[in-house]
Amino acid sequence: MAAEQNPILEEHIASDYKYGFVSDIDTEFAPLGLNEDIVRFISDKKNEPEWMLEYRLKAYRYWLTLEEPKHWAHLDYPKIDFQAISYYAAPKKKATVGSLDEVDPELLKTFEKLGISLEEQKRLVGVESKIAVDAVIDSVSVKTTFKEVLAEKGIIFCSFSEAVQDHPELVRQYMGSVVPYTDNYYAALNSAVFSDGSFCYIPKGVRCPMELSTYFRINSAGTGQFERTLIIADEGAYVSYLEGCTAPQRDENQLHAAVVEIIAQRDGEVKYSTVQNWYPGDKEGKGGIYNFVTKRGICIGANSKISWTQVETGSAITWKYPSVILKGDNSVGEFYSVAVTNNMQQADTGTKMIHLGRNTRSTIISKGISAGFSNNSYRGLVRIAKGAKNARNFSQCDSLLMGDKCGAHTFPYIEINDKTGIVEHEATTSKIGEDQIFYCNQRGIDTEKAIGLIVNGYCREVLNQLPMEFAVEAQKLLSVSLEGSVG
Amino acid sequence: MISINNLHASVEGKEILRGLNLEVKPGEVHAIMGPNGSGKSTLASVLAGREDYEVTQGTVSFNGKDLLDLSPEDRAREGLFLAFQYPVEIPGVSNINFLKTAINAIREYKGEGPMEAKDFLALVKEKQKLVELDGKLAGRSVNEGFSGGEKKRNEIFQMAMLEPKLAILDETDSGLDIDALRIVANGVNKLRSPERSFIVVTHYQRLLDYIVPDVVHVLWNGRIVKSGPKELALELEEKGYDWIKAEANTVEA
Repeated sequence: MAAEQNPILEEHIASDYKYGFVSDIDTEFAPLGLNEDIVRFISDKKNEPEWMLEYRLKAYRYWLTLEEPKHWAHLDYPKIDFQAISYYAAPKKKATVGSLDEVDPELLKTFEKLGISLEEQKRLVGVESKIAVDAVIDSVSVKTTFKEVLAEKGIIFCSFSEAVQDHPELVRQYMGSVVPYTDNYYAALNSAVFSDGSFCYIPKGVRCPMELSTYFRINSAGTGQFERTLIIADEGAYVSYLEGCTAPQRDENQLHAAVVEIIAQRDGEVKYSTVQNWYPGDKEGKGGIYNFVTKRGICIGANSKISWTQVETGSAITWKYPSVILKGDNSVGEFYSVAVTNNMQQADTGTKMIHLGRNTRSTIISKGISAGFSNNSYRGLVRIAKGAKNARNFSQCDSLLMGDKCGAHTFPYIEINDKTGIVEHEATTSKIGEDQIFYCNQRGIDTEKAIGLIVNGYCREVLNQLPMEFAVEAQKLLSVSLEGSVG
Repeated sequence: MISINNLHASVEGKEILRGLNLEVKPGEVHAIMGPNGSGKSTLASVLAGREDYEVTQGTVSFNGKDLLDLSPEDRAREGLFLAFQYPVEIPGVSNINFLKTAINAIREYKGEGPMEAKDFLALVKEKQKLVELDGKLAGRSVNEGFSGGEKKRNEIFQMAMLEPKLAILDETDSGLDIDALRIVANGVNKLRSPERSFIVVTHYQRLLDYIVPDVVHVLWNGRIVKSGPKELALELEEKGYDWIKAEANTVEA
């Protein structure tokens, strides 16, 4: 960890948001606005089969019947003009798998700035500790690494568009089975206009030998990003999937409305980790990403497990509740979350654990950190359905406040319909102590670093859930996002 | 080592230190005693740079530098260590990680690179023994769930790790049973050297049975009113502070 100290300090001094660059990539856009023609345009661009277009159109027509949801979450923002957004942007030079030479050199530079050199990834084939990466820029997945290595085990890891072409039976079987397009306003919108995303399928009895990872990047101005991720662990399969995301600094607000669906069959396990670092806007609250995301998993089979770990530091507004439906008997759902808000950021995040099967168990550990003028809410539902015998939940929701201008809120909902259910809920709210900071100062540690140390300690239970590479990145991010929040 | 001249300091507008003078030379151990409210802990806090304490007058020179001009972290990096009367808990941060961060911050200040992991661990192992600290404590979160005695031993352990030039012990003996007191005092004694000085702030003479001072000062009403050899501590134990107060009042009048 010691080696990580200097870069942290440098980042503090150097910039507020280090991913705020714009890449000069030749991009193809859809015209602004949304109508059936745009939906057809997107589908056509992607050369999609008829059933896919039909699905999009159904979702679009349903979306038209809905009202934009307002004021139910603890969030405040102006009405979004959905006709002022471009729903499709793609780098013009289409990258083809297997040949990095054909990739736009600007794109490769972008990846290097993001710290994922695809060339290096490629060279690493055959070396231990590898991560397979799918990179999505604006709307299109540009490069998926390690595809061949994974294919040997029967693992499918590719862009969503490719999956539609190459594995239509799997996509048709599972897409919308956890988050139907009727689920909510943004899920309907996503189902109509989603551009790309990641698809991953782990066949029966296979343990995925490496972390699978997707990097999402919004690059172009005036665009929305609507990706879809579908992860399926078949019987007895295991996969650990990571997702990272960044965006350039812009004065305008950009919309990101993703849908993530996870399916775990009998004895299957999916571990999903995110470090979300979309551009949060400047100190006055200008610009930043609206991050309205629907993430849900279902433990269909007995003894299956889905675990969500999220570190949320970015976005102007975050609205997201990664949830688990515990259908299979003895299935397990977990939610580990760190949500940091600083300056004018707003976050309303949490989870839903829906217990349907017998002996199902869920754990919720949520750590909210608010600084500046930000507002940070935990919103969580634990529902134990009738007949879900001996279901158990443990929830712990902690809030840490820095300064006296920010807000922390907890909205726990508990519905127990079976008398054998046991639900425990613990909550704490604390302020970062001047005493703690002075104690660190007196040992030679400056205040910025002290805050980083204290906050990382506070979040340790959650950070411990992250894979190693991500944990280090997340620790740095936490320190950087809280820069200037005390004193 | 440190030279304090006519130091005046207030907390929330109330003057606590009123013209304090003190000179500590390298290798010396000075004990500061005095009744409750005389300003002992204020002195420790002011020297360490705690924010709530405002210095209104006077100078403090620390190894030739103007101490009052330095931030708390720079004072620490220059070699000033405060063993807290009430050590603070930092949940989730291991003692080891905390100390490594501290040591490397100090090294960085001196223009040195971070300490090698194996050297660091060897140092931990060596210094733990000084205060008979259980290896497990070093791995636990900073002071979290520690008993009073463990916290104080941990302070001395940190002192041993950071190897300061001047260590201020702020009522390190308070709340310790006799065994813990002996362990803490032994630790301190092993760290005594011709280059390292100590200011031992205490209420009771018994700590000074174990950490034998070169000079004993009596602080009263924000000023040092009497200084003497180690025997002065015994005299105070026997006679209390009233005679000193009377003496001081006579001088003042």
